This record gives sequence, structure tokens and C-alpha cells, in this order.
Amino acid sequence: MTDMPPLSAAALPDSSSRSLWATALLRLRRNRAAMGSIVVLILLSLAGIFGPMLSPHDYARVYPAFVKVPASVEAYPRAADILPAAEQVLTRARLTPDTIRLDGTVLTVTASASRPIDPRVTRYLDRSDLFSNARVTATAPDDLSVTMQADVARYYFFAGTDANGRDLLARILISIRISLMIGALATTVALIVGVAYGATAGYLGGRIDSLMMRLVDILYSLPFIFFVILLVVFFGRNIVLMFIAVGMVEWLDMARIVRGQTISLRRREFVQAADALGVGAGGILRRHIIPNTLGPVIVYMTLLIPKVILLESFLSFLGLGVQEPLSSLGVLISEGAKDMRGAPYMLLYPSIALTLLLFALNFLGDGLRDALDPKDR
Amino acid sequence: MSHPILSTTLLATTLLCASLIPATAVTYVRGNDGDPETLDQHKTSTIAESNILRDLYEGLVIYNTAAEVIPGVATAWETNADGTVYTFTLRDDAKWSNGDPVTASDFVYSLNRIMDPATGAKYANILYPIRGAEALNKGEGGTLGVTAIDDHTLEITLERPTPYFLELLTHQTGLPMHPASVDEFGTDFVQPGNMVTNGAFTLSSFTPNDKVVLQKNPMFHSADTVAFDTVEYVPFEDRANCARRFEAGEVLSCSDIAAEQIKDLRNRLGDQVRVAPYLGVYYYGVNSAHEPFDDPRIRQALSMAIDREFIADEIWSGTMLPAYSWVPPGIGNYVDERPQLDYATLPMLDREDAAIALLAEAGYGPDAPLPVEISYNNGENHKNTATAIASMWEPLGVDVSFNVRDASAHYAMLRDEKAHDVARAGWIGDYSDPQNFLFLNRADNPGFNYGNYSNPDYDALLDTAAETVDLDARAVILAEAETMFLRDVPQIPILFYSSMSLVSPRLTGWDDNIQNVHPSRFLSITD
Amino acid sequence: MFRYVLRRLLGAIPTLFLIVTGAFFLIRVAPGGPFDRERTLEPTVMANLNRVFHLDEPLWQQYFYYLGNLARGDLGPSFVYRDFSVGQLLASGLPVSMTLGGLALLLALVVGGILGCIAALRQNTGIDYAVIATATFGITVPNFVVAPLLALVFGVWLSWLPAGGWNDGNPANLVLPVIALALPQIAVVARLIRGSMIEALRSDHVRTARAYGLPTWMIVIIHALRAACLPAVSYIGPAAAGLLTGSIIIEQIFGLPGIGRYFVTGALNRDYTLVMGTVIIIAIFVVLFNLLVDVLYALLDPRVRYD
Repeated sequence: MTDMPPLSAAALPDSSSRSLWATALLRLRRNRAAMGSIVVLILLSLAGIFGPMLSPHDYARVYPAFVKVPASVEAYPRAADILPAAEQVLTRARLTPDTIRLDGTVLTVTASASRPIDPRVTRYLDRSDLFSNARVTATAPDDLSVTMQADVARYYFFAGTDANGRDLLARILISIRISLMIGALATTVALIVGVAYGATAGYLGGRIDSLMMRLVDILYSLPFIFFVILLVVFFGRNIVLMFIAVGMVEWLDMARIVRGQTISLRRREFVQAADALGVGAGGILRRHIIPNTLGPVIVYMTLLIPKVILLESFLSFLGLGVQEPLSSLGVLISEGAKDMRGAPYMLLYPSIALTLLLFALNFLGDGLRDALDPKDR
Repeated sequence: MSHPILSTTLLATTLLCASLIPATAVTYVRGNDGDPETLDQHKTSTIAESNILRDLYEGLVIYNTAAEVIPGVATAWETNADGTVYTFTLRDDAKWSNGDPVTASDFVYSLNRIMDPATGAKYANILYPIRGAEALNKGEGGTLGVTAIDDHTLEITLERPTPYFLELLTHQTGLPMHPASVDEFGTDFVQPGNMVTNGAFTLSSFTPNDKVVLQKNPMFHSADTVAFDTVEYVPFEDRANCARRFEAGEVLSCSDIAAEQIKDLRNRLGDQVRVAPYLGVYYYGVNSAHEPFDDPRIRQALSMAIDREFIADEIWSGTMLPAYSWVPPGIGNYVDERPQLDYATLPMLDREDAAIALLAEAGYGPDAPLPVEISYNNGENHKNTATAIASMWEPLGVDVSFNVRDASAHYAMLRDEKAHDVARAGWIGDYSDPQNFLFLNRADNPGFNYGNYSNPDYDALLDTAAETVDLDARAVILAEAETMFLRDVPQIPILFYSSMSLVSPRLTGWDDNIQNVHPSRFLSITD
Repeated sequence: MFRYVLRRLLGAIPTLFLIVTGAFFLIRVAPGGPFDRERTLEPTVMANLNRVFHLDEPLWQQYFYYLGNLARGDLGPSFVYRDFSVGQLLASGLPVSMTLGGLALLLALVVGGILGCIAALRQNTGIDYAVIATATFGITVPNFVVAPLLALVFGVWLSWLPAGGWNDGNPANLVLPVIALALPQIAVVARLIRGSMIEALRSDHVRTARAYGLPTWMIVIIHALRAACLPAVSYIGPAAAGLLTGSIIIEQIFGLPGIGRYFVTGALNRDYTLVMGTVIIIAIFVVLFNLLVDVLYALLDPRVRYD
């Protein structure tokens, strides 16, 4: 940190690289699709970060009474389901229901048994997802009959529930977080490894370059799935480690792109000048080569994130995805695809979330490419 | 033994078919669980293979559509007084597809080949009850207790009385083979063109991941009762794919249904969806050799808190039955009143209270949570089941984590390292006898004993049962062993399997049965 | 040129050798073996099987055993599909995968190319946005959602096409899987062609052609497309290698006998030899297509020369 006011930084003479970024930003602002994508991405990130905290349902909470209920803006339980459910609860408690009445959201039951009834019987009602705050309002003198009241719960499942009775909306929110995290993490790893490797190979050139690129070729054809199985076994499904590892696989393209850029940059005058001035290889790479490859790299990054997210969904399809009780969009979609006719909402909503996310990333990538393209003026 | 009613109905249906469809070839496109790994009856191990092999070959005894043992190549058999020697009389008109007669020596050849270690037979142990079989398979030499008295008389001597021996012979490992073609082609005898069979069909082609095509065998002794000219077995690793092709009318039956789809399919297809009880148990092995799971109270508490009805009805859409015992219902050679976990009829809430109390007694509760890792193999509904069980254990103060592996890694871990706390597994019976389930928990059976159960009394009871000839007395001893097992619950039974099939209304002769066997020779198409 | 190709091919041999070695040991590190299934085997039986397949010998010995067989062109027997050798399995599956992949590739190039050109010529208009939006949609929806949807709509509801199966390569059975395979590729190709076409249309020689008053379609096809193809070619190289060696998702969902699923199911079943065979096939395709891309580059771009 310096004491200099920020204004003076802007007042400094323009360096050529700064003006490149400034024009790029200016042009990006004019691209409505890209700007829209940024807004969508910010909204999705916010939903991923804060959504799970704000959601009325916890993503791991199981509602045994509401397995695979369709998406709806009306509250569950439905009026028609309440009385049979109450009857079932009473039967479980070994009571014979005499009258069951529903007034608004208050359930009143009178039930009897052949043996004296324990006042703790209310917990049978409480334990059900449908009722809460059960209380005994009247007890017959012989304890053989009891009148109870309970509040009927009102749950909203705007996106329905999954096969375990968990709120799908809450799961989509946590999935957005996980999918974004996976994408960002793997991409960062790929970025670091790929840029360092590609720039080194391209700058050093010759035999070392061809040797390093041969290694990339070999890694390209290695069995990816085994790599994943091994990781699953060694890391016990730790998603962070797993996707750092996926990043270690996905750096190959990045390395190729950066290498290509480096080779052409190496011949440019300013690099040769730096070389002539005796700047070391590391310095040239850090100061001159890598900053100048950033344009294509950023573009590739925005396209790599969706690729990683889709890769994760492929692994989910094979059953090797994120570990319960966490979830990812890929996991949700592959679960939804299994019963697309019986429970279409289980496929639809996660797919919308994924499509939005990938759309935004792709358009942003395109916008950045257009904005950073030096020929396109 | 004979089945006049069965054969007349068959004859009638065939005649009906024949009169309805005079000239066109009848093809049955049949969905199968997956590809056969082999069509060599001795290397076989999967259900998909058994379905095909049952059509290709006929054993000494076979299953009818109700999964009852009926005569196959053998028309009659008798046993000696202590049940250790079986003498089979073979039918005169049994022929191989190349016209050779099926003789007793073909069975001798076949049973010797499966015990040869060089064959690498996965299921050789099924036939270990035959005298000398185990020693031969271990490479210790000796002779097998199987002799051809003459061309039509076969004598099999057993190590000890085995009440389920006839059931064993219905398994595909007991099928005969044509010695001349095996000697000529070696392992290639299974290739279309080389394969000589004695069943209702012969092999026409086998394209992996595509189909196995069978043609009617004109040499088959009851060829005139076989309704299909061609049977095409299509492998469906993706169950939903079979359901789609079934609905599109491209296949006539599916051998399995994805649990997720069952409700939807039932709504739309009604009784074309068949769900039948099956001899199988779905369970969680608790590592009873490791702390803290060596405490039976903890194992009981975990078992008690599982709401099996919820898992069966909601997670498995009613395709599984809640299991409160180890041996499935409907099994043969067993007591009428099968042993049960003693809280089987207790209401769920009381069970939960009892479980909390038991766990507290063992020193665990919400303040001192018990960490439990559930290991399961990926696939099917295992994930949903594990999630549901985790949520049921939560109120007890159990802190659940999950460990998913692919099937190979999961079962290798269970067999070798036994590093699990609690692990999912399932067992489908090979034959209808309680011994086939109870032997899984023997201390000397590490391959299956995922509960790491080591109880000499239990093993002794099973040994006594093995020596007991009287079936009723044997059943009582086996029930005693199961009671002992349920008291200790080293493995927690959760569900009993059902077999699920999609069967077109055009297909007749498909009767639901506990072994889920439906030989194509007994099926036909009506329009 | 010929010498260059020959040198590259010879250079591929050590690459392949390293891949084989790497894959061989990588597979063996994975826990579990080919005979570990839901159905655990008796120890005696397991010992017999391990002996039959030489799994009881030291790993390095198995490695040289495998290399020796490989040198003779024998990929060994499959551990799981015991009636077949790996060579037979690949020989029966590869034509299927190549047919599907080849058709999908063709479809992707034709449709993607046309869409890309249209979008480029109408840059920043409604048509452009519509094409790009559709193309992006193709990438964003996973294959395992599109494929069953297609089968459901066209196979079950409309009954226009078979819902699955290979049926000896009957054209009707190919339609849906080829579309499902091509969709994401169409999207990528369209976007690539659009980008490079916009650039090419601005280049000097196209401007000159325009100045001569040549019709647009002629300019596009003769002058611009050639230059615009370059990025698509470098993308299509690896993509083609992937497409032609099959896709597990498409093959599983439509029930097709290709080799795509051998890799994944082989890996999950620990069918060591089958996985090795698939790895070798994939590696050969990758090497060949990388070479093909470089050669095509030389043909399309006069500035690139190989000596």
C-alpha cells in the first residue's frame, strides 16, 4: 500500500497494456449479452453463497411424509391428505380414532384405546412432519379416551422434493454453490499448472519444448476414468481434492494454448530487447510473456468452467460424483433423468439452473474474446 | 413324476399359436439384465447367463414356470436310504442339436470339467456336495462321485445328505455338455456354429452389447411344443432403456425395472409391471470385530431405529419388503414360524426410544455422538437408502458419514481389509434352502462374512444341521442358528428383494415365481 | 511431406509404449480385481481363476507377459467377457462406434458450419443471437438428458424411429444416437466457424473479392471458408478421436454395441486387458488425428510448412 491517492495512479502516463484492458472493458460494457451474463453469474453466485442459509428448508433435511412431491406454489400437506395421515399416526400410536376434525390449520382428534392412554401420546403427532405443537385438551376420567389438538404444518416446496423427501430448491441452491466451487477450483489449478508449463515449454523451445509437449500428448491419451477411480479411493470422495486433481488433468489444453502464444511472443521485439538487456528467463516469462497471454487464457478459463461442471455431471452419471449429503447440479440432473416421466420437475429445475449458469459463462467467454481481440476494432 | 396338465396346456397353446400364425417365423425379443460374460456353463455366474443357458441346455432336472423342480433329461430318480446316492434314469429321446444322443457319460464329462481347476469355474463350489468335488477343484486329485452305470443311468454320490441337491442341479453349472465338440474346439466350443446344445434352442449369434440370438432346436425332444423360432436376448444395463423399448413395442419383456421408475410405470402400464417375491436379502454388515461395534447393544440400536417400512415403500416404491429376519420368506426346507427380530411388531416410536436407551447404555448419545461410516457401492438406490438410514440414526446421536466406492473396490474391501464400520451388501439365494443364507455368517467364510461374525456356537449349529438327515429336525436347528444370529445382529437385515419385470400382455406362460425363472420354451405369443 | 508423416508416425511408437506402460500400472493400482463382484467367490475358486489369468504372478512378470503378447498383436483374453478375446471385442465394436462417430462428425461439420456462416454473415442481428443461443443450448444440456428425451419423444410417443438398439446398423436406428452425439459438437463448430468467419470476412483478400462484386455465397465458400476452417480443424482433431472411439452415455442409453462403454465398464469391472485394449485404440486415434490436423493445417494454410 502506498500513501499516494488513487487519483495519481490514473494520472500516470498510459502504459500500452493498460489501455488494451481499458478498451476491452469499454467494449465489454457495450456487449449486452456479456453484461447480462455477468449479472446472471453474480445472481447465481449470490444464490449459491447465501441461498442455502436463507432457504426455509435445510438441504439435508428429510421429510419422510413428502417423498417426491411435485413442485407447487401451494402449501403441503394438501387438505385431502391430512385426515388420512392423522388416522395413520393414531393407528401407529395404537389408538382408535373416534373423530378427526380439521378447522383451518388446527387438527382436533378424539381417540380411544383399550388400555389407559399415556399423556405422552402427543409425541406421535409431533413426530410426524405434518403436525406440530400437539396438546391434550381433554382426557376421559378412565384415561381410555383422549382429545388432542395439533397445528397442521405448512411447507412450501416450490421445486418439489427428491426421492428422499428433501426440498429440491434447497438442494439446487447448495448444488449451485458446489458446482461453481468445483468449476472455479479446477479451473484455477488448470490455469496455474497450464500457464506455467505452457509458457516454459514455449519459451525454452527446441528439444525441451518437444519433450514437454510429448508428455502432454501422453497424458492426453491416458485413461481418465482410472484416474478418477483412484482419486475416489485415495481421497475418499473429498470433492476439493478431487477437483484439484481434475484441474491437474484439464491443464493440458491450457498448456497448449499458452505455448502457442509464447512461441509467437518470443519472436516479438520487446521480448528480444529484454533478452538482449540480460533479463533472465524467469523474469521475461513473468514480466513479458505471461501477462501478454492473459487474453486468450481468460477466454479459455470462462469456457473451461462449464467444461468442468459438465465433466462433474458425467461423473455423477457414472455414480462417481459429489458425496452425500452435498449435491451438485450434475448429481441432481442425473437423478432427475432417471424418472423424467414420473417426476419431470426433478429434471427440469436443476437443468434450468445448469443451463442458466453455462449460458452465462459461455456468453461471457464470447464477450471477453470479442473485447480482447486486438484485430477487432 | 410327470406333469400331464402342464404339457397339455403347453400343447394347446402351441397348437393355438401354430394355427394362428401359420407360416411367419415367431421371434421373441427378450430383455436381459446384461450381457452374458460367457456362455460356457462352467464359467458362468450371473442371472443373465442363467436365463440364456436355461434355453440352450436341459439339465437332469429343470424348473417349470412355477419354479418347481420337474424332470428334464432325467425322467425319474431315486435315492438310497440316507440320501447320499442319487440314481437318475435318463430319457431315451434326449438328443444333442447335432443328432447325437445325450448319455449319462456326457454328464460325467461335464461335472468333471467344472471341477478341473484349469477351467476356472466361478461357481464350482455350488456342486461341492458331490463326493470328491472340493478336493478335485482344489487340485488335490481324487475321483468325482459321478458314474455312468450305462448310457441311460447316472449315479451321483454325495459327501453327505443334501436335501437341496435337486435344486442345485437346476443351476446352470449342472448342465451337460457335448464332449466331442468341447474336445474339438476347446474354449471356442461356445462360438456360434461350434456350440452343440441339448435344450429347446441353439445358439445362432452372440454380439456383445447387442444381442444373443437363439434358434429353435429341431432335435429337441419336445420341439413341437416350443412356440418360438427365434429368441433374441437383448442386454439392458440401462433399465430405463428397456422400459422405453418395451413401451415402443420393440421388446416383449424386461428382466428388471429401475426402482425410480416403478411408480410411474405402474400408473401407466398397470399389471404389465410384475413384482414378485425373490429369494434375496438386502443388508448392512456391521463390523462386529471392531470397536465400538463389538457391542451388541450398539448393533441392536442401529437395527431397531431403521424404519424398514419407509425404506421399502418410499425409497424402493414398494418393490422390496421390510426384512426382520435373515432368511427370506417362501424358502424351502424351513420352519413355518420363521425367527424374527423381537421388535418386528413394535411401533416405530417405541423402537426409537428403545434404541436411544440402548445406545445411551453403551455410552453414546447426542452429547457423545457415535461416528458411523456407511460404505456402499454406487448404483441403484443404494445412495437413497443410505441417506434415509442416516436420517433415521440421527436422533440416536449417530454421526453418519458416507464412503462410496465402485463395486469392485467395495467388495474387495469387504473381503480383504474389512475396514468398514457399516457396509451395504445383498445376497440372492442360489437355491431354496436356509443354509444358503445362514452360511454367509460363518467365521470360516471371510468372503461373505461382512459382519465379521465369529460365534463358534453358531458355526456348530450349522455343522450339526449339515449332518442331520431328517428335514424337520434340520429346520429346527437352522432356525435356532438364525435366532442366535438375530440376537447378535452382526449384519442388519433391511429388505427382502423382489424380482421386477415388464411383461407384455401378448406373452403367455410368464408366471411370477420366487426364483424368477421363465424358460422361453414354456412361453408363447398370442395376438 | 511424406517424410514428415513417416517421422511423426515413428515418433508415436515410444509415445504409445509409454501410454501402455503408464496405463498398465495405473489400472493395477486401483483397488479390487476383475473377479470382485457383488457375488464374492470362494477362495478356492478365486485361486483357480487367478492362476488361469496369471494374476498370481508378480506384476512385472505380468507386464512383460502382456508386452510380449502385444508385440505379437495379441491383446489378450478379456477377464470378464470370457468367450472373447479383447481383439475380437474391439473388432466387433469399433466399426459401430466409427459409423456413429463418423456420421455425427459429418453432421456436426455440415450443420455447425452452415449455422456458423449464417451467424457470421448476419453478425449482431437477431439471427446471429438465435443461432448462438441454440448452439450454446446444445453444449449446456448434458448428453444423458438429451438422449433419453429424444428416445422418449421420437421412439415412444411419436413412434417415428426405434427407441433403441443397433439392428445391424439399420439407418432408422442410427438417426437418434447420431443426433444426440452431434448436438454438442454442432454447437462448438458453429461458434468456432462464426468467430473465425467474422475475422476472415474482414481480411484483405475477401474485401478485394467483394470489391470485384462477386456474389456473397461465392465469397463465403471460396475465399472465407477456407481460412475460417482452421480453428475448427484444430478443434475437430481431438474431438474426432473422441467421437470415433464411442461414447458410453449414448451407447448405454440407446443400447448400441460400440466400444465406448468398454472403457468405462472395463474400468469399473477391472477388466484389465479390455481397458488396455481400449486405451491403445484411443491413443492411436489421438495420435493419428493430431497428425491429420497438422497435415490439414499445412494444406489449408500456405504459411505453414513442414520439412
